[in-house]
Amino acid sequence: MIHTALDGALACALAWLLLAALALVPAGGAAFARRIAFPLGAVAGLALAAFGLLAIWEPPASRTLVLGLPDLPFHVRLDPLAGFFLFLLGAVSAGISVNAAGYFRAEAPGRLALIGLQYFVFLASMAMVVLADDAYLFMVAWETMALASYFLVTTDHDQPAIRSAGFLYLLIAHLGAIAILLCFGIMHGGRGDYTFEALRAAELAPYWSTTAFLLAFFGFGAKAGMIPLHAWLPEAHPAAPSPVSALMSGVMLKTAIYGMVRVVYDLIGDVRWEWGLVVLAIGAATTLFGVLYALMQHDLKRLLAYHSVENIGIILLGLGMSLVFIGFGHPAAGALGLIAALYHTLNHAVFKGLLFLGAGAILHSRGLRDLNDMGGLVRTMPRTALYFLVGALAISALPPLNGFVSEWLTFQTALQAPVLREGAVRSLLPLFAATLALAGALTAMCFVKVYGIAFLGQPREPRHPAREHSGRDCGPLEQLGMAWLAAGCVALGLFPTAMLAALDRVSVALTGTGLADEALGAGWLWLVPTTASQAAYSPVIFLVVIVAVVLLTILLVRRFYHGRVRYSHPWDCGFPEQTARMQDTADAFGQPIRHVFGPLYLMKRHLPGAEDPSPRFTLKIEDRHWYWLYLPVARLAEYVSARVAALQRGRIGVYLAYSFLTLIALLAFAT
Amino acid sequence: MGGSVSGQIVNLLAALLLLIAFAMLSQRRVLSLVRLLAWQGAALAASTLIVAHSTAQPHLYYSAALTVALKVILIPWVLHRLIDRLDVRWDVEPLINIPTTMLAGIALVIFAFALATPISEMATTLTRGTLGIALASVLLSFLMMIARRKAIAQVIGFLAMENGLLFAATSATYGMPLVVELGIALDVLVATFIFGIFFFHIREQFDSLDISHMEKLKED
Repeated sequence: MIHTALDGALACALAWLLLAALALVPAGGAAFARRIAFPLGAVAGLALAAFGLLAIWEPPASRTLVLGLPDLPFHVRLDPLAGFFLFLLGAVSAGISVNAAGYFRAEAPGRLALIGLQYFVFLASMAMVVLADDAYLFMVAWETMALASYFLVTTDHDQPAIRSAGFLYLLIAHLGAIAILLCFGIMHGGRGDYTFEALRAAELAPYWSTTAFLLAFFGFGAKAGMIPLHAWLPEAHPAAPSPVSALMSGVMLKTAIYGMVRVVYDLIGDVRWEWGLVVLAIGAATTLFGVLYALMQHDLKRLLAYHSVENIGIILLGLGMSLVFIGFGHPAAGALGLIAALYHTLNHAVFKGLLFLGAGAILHSRGLRDLNDMGGLVRTMPRTALYFLVGALAISALPPLNGFVSEWLTFQTALQAPVLREGAVRSLLPLFAATLALAGALTAMCFVKVYGIAFLGQPREPRHPAREHSGRDCGPLEQLGMAWLAAGCVALGLFPTAMLAALDRVSVALTGTGLADEALGAGWLWLVPTTASQAAYSPVIFLVVIVAVVLLTILLVRRFYHGRVRYSHPWDCGFPEQTARMQDTADAFGQPIRHVFGPLYLMKRHLPGAEDPSPRFTLKIEDRHWYWLYLPVARLAEYVSARVAALQRGRIGVYLAYSFLTLIALLAFAT
Repeated sequence: MGGSVSGQIVNLLAALLLLIAFAMLSQRRVLSLVRLLAWQGAALAASTLIVAHSTAQPHLYYSAALTVALKVILIPWVLHRLIDRLDVRWDVEPLINIPTTMLAGIALVIFAFALATPISEMATTLTRGTLGIALASVLLSFLMMIARRKAIAQVIGFLAMENGLLFAATSATYGMPLVVELGIALDVLVATFIFGIFFFHIREQFDSLDISHMEKLKED
């Protein structure tokens, strides 16, 4: 008998844990995982989404579990914010789980059992992160999530590149976890009570609350992939199997956003506008950096990973503006920014999950991940091509799909800048909005490249793929998973007002303020962020107009030109022998951007000379962060450890002297 | 009460304890070290007995008996056997020469007294002046462990340190609860046996009890 949404959500998490344990049972083997475990996991995901949605409209419920250490039980709580993220987790993971049931069909039973165990532990731990109501359970779930995803990333651990990608991920995840732990320590202030209730009630001095904010921002930012802590993302996402990449990029990054919102808005509480500027600056840099590097990638999954970095930047822009407005005492505009950020969180989860699943379908069908080898896939994989197109349009923020709605809301937040009285900040906000606009245009360019190179044109690879790849479109389960997420893209794009009402509840529960009454009362057709006279957008009318214009054009063309079509060969520039390799490549597509933003990239280029007997042009784009941040830090760590290792002399006398001197020092200073 | 006869005797025994600690620091021969350890144990037992008598704390009698049985008889006997079996009667060459060690020891005693004075002033027990001595003998034993090259001298230093601790407990608080004391006594006994086993292994491995051979175990 389920009393509240909280019990239901806990039951779903428990169901995932049970599935994780069952996946290890060898009797069922691969068929069990494929036919039962993953579909059941998807059902649990749907149920979790339903409970999450229910929780948004219910008062917060909390519960003390009988688990945990003696005198230190686990607390769970389900409020609208947690409900929203549970909805995201459940809904997106449902599609991914269905897809995974098909994707992993060819795995060996032993590997599949491990994947199933880690996959469901990963899902359950993410649910527990969102449900946690004390720092203890939060950290336990957070670390479980990091470890489960680490093992998923290193599924193919026999390859050294994947092992090192996993190590980098684990390292940055732990750095982040340390920062989060310290942040909880600061908020807790030595009172011995780590429930969120107590952390919320704690009054912090401005200095300490800023320190706590910076630690939380660093810690959660490391998990979310903001620069300069993004380096693990483009390594780990391509390394993992595609449903896992979809889950990590779509959902796990969002738990970091959840943590950031929970700690900054809820636990610290007293928001300061300076924090908002920090978030805005990092968010803008992340957005631009992510999209510019994405444009340079030709590995599809790496490209998508860099787009995750970019989208995290967009979410941070929304959050940053919200913090600035709230800090200056304009809670209504702040609520709009928060809602825009949360909406983009959901949207990114849906379309990035979809795109990673599409990349997985291509990888399975053709064994290809390099865009420069793809081409003409729309003919062999028409379904995948359709779903991928929906995802590509959504991420490019084209109306009437969902990406547009949240980016538009973020713009609308930036346009609230005139309410600010502080001139400097007021003039900064449009700059960030301009960054967002630039990033949006570059994203669209990037996906024109991806879709044009991969799905359109002529195949660039040999006609017959390797034996282990079917070359055909993916199976029905994989298609179902993608269709579910594609439907999500369309629904969230066409009917944003329903989600907006839910997000308004989240905002009210969190900050005490929501959207203006006029915005909420505008009806299902019109999306109004503030007042109808300022801005309004109706995706349904937009779609109707698009469809009408297209139909009208077709009609006119048919009416007036039909029968007068002339067929001829295209102009071949006077060079009659054309091969598929003469098409534009992915690298060629990025060339203009590479030219304009040249100083941002670290290019290693080899231009063959005229006399070269075997001319081959090579281009390698490297991340500058490696050279100015990561490698120096690594060298410093090595240097310091070498110095510390000098303490180890191997002589008992010296070791005894260490403890003797410590004892003397302690005796001398303790009195 | 500090001026009473029993107080005087405890102070005398404390001075004896410190003297023995210095003697151990300057002693080069292993057999003499063991004998000094036994004497230190005897002084400790005597002082415990006097404290027990003058304060009428019955559990301190047990403690004194335990000390005699263990530290004056059993452990020295075990160590003698070990030395016979291992054939290490000869001198133990110190790492630091003896006059330097003695000077460092004097500095430690001054430090220990400076440290103990404020604590002793608060104490109301019979033996309040002796806390500094107890602390000094702990530190001196530690110094001996650092300064010696042979493993067996380090074990003796460890046991002497334990003597100093027990003396501190008796003088500052009239002893620890008997259960704790029994536990510590058992620990020390077990540690002696384990050290004995280790000695054989060390000698088997390196053909010597010189701990400088163990530097090879360091990871590079």
